Amino acid sequence: MDTAQIIAQLPYSTPFLFVDALERVNQEGTIGSYTFPKDAFFYEGHFKDHPVTPGVILTECCAQIGLVCLGIYLLQQEMHQAMGIGLSSTEMEFLKPVYPGEKVSVQSEKVYFRFQKLKCKVRMRNSKGEVVCKGTIAGMFKNEADGK
Amino acid sequence: MKNQEQLATLTKIITPYLPDDVSVASIDLNSHFIEHLNINSANLVDIVLDVEDEFDIRLENEDMDRMQTVKDALEIIALKTKEKE
Repeated sequence: MDTAQIIAQLPYSTPFLFVDALERVNQEGTIGSYTFPKDAFFYEGHFKDHPVTPGVILTECCAQIGLVCLGIYLLQQEMHQAMGIGLSSTEMEFLKPVYPGEKVSVQSEKVYFRFQKLKCKVRMRNSKGEVVCKGTIAGMFKNEADGK
Repeated sequence: MKNQEQLATLTKIITPYLPDDVSVASIDLNSHFIEHLNINSANLVDIVLDVEDEFDIRLENEDMDRMQTVKDALEIIALKTKEKE
């Protein structure tokens, strides 16, 4: 499965797709990037007259590139509509602000993938290579047709 | 390890995953992890991984499916520990 096929199978769309490119995927992790559009919807209110990318959006970007792309790759199967993805835990640290228009890269490293649960360490860097946030994210990948 | 000790060890493993409104005292042999102890499936995976480390065993998907209650878990642990010997 190549990186373009993985992106095509992501179950998100604008304005909640936070993956532009996936540069590398293997059994152990992913590397991908995203540029936050200057006119993204959340800048209008976060903050008043002072736009900064919300931490939850940075977390979501890390989850989409680091966790969901890796999960799709590991499952090596088409994401049917019956396939459910649920975020189960996040533990993040935010070190630097990300402003409108900035490009970030996310790197993930698998901790484990057992019993449909994928846990990854993630790290996001800005274009200067500085770490802007890092943490651990986990999610369940389940076949909802099983009713589980 | 005797049954009673295994139950004590398992209880210790489960405790950090219990929701705030479920007390340790409510763990008994018949406790159903999801229905009674209110543990979600993601945390149940972590319990299984901790059980594997603690007892030095490995559980498969079918063991996970069968592990509904504390009693089920103890039976699986006993079986896997015996297989190892």
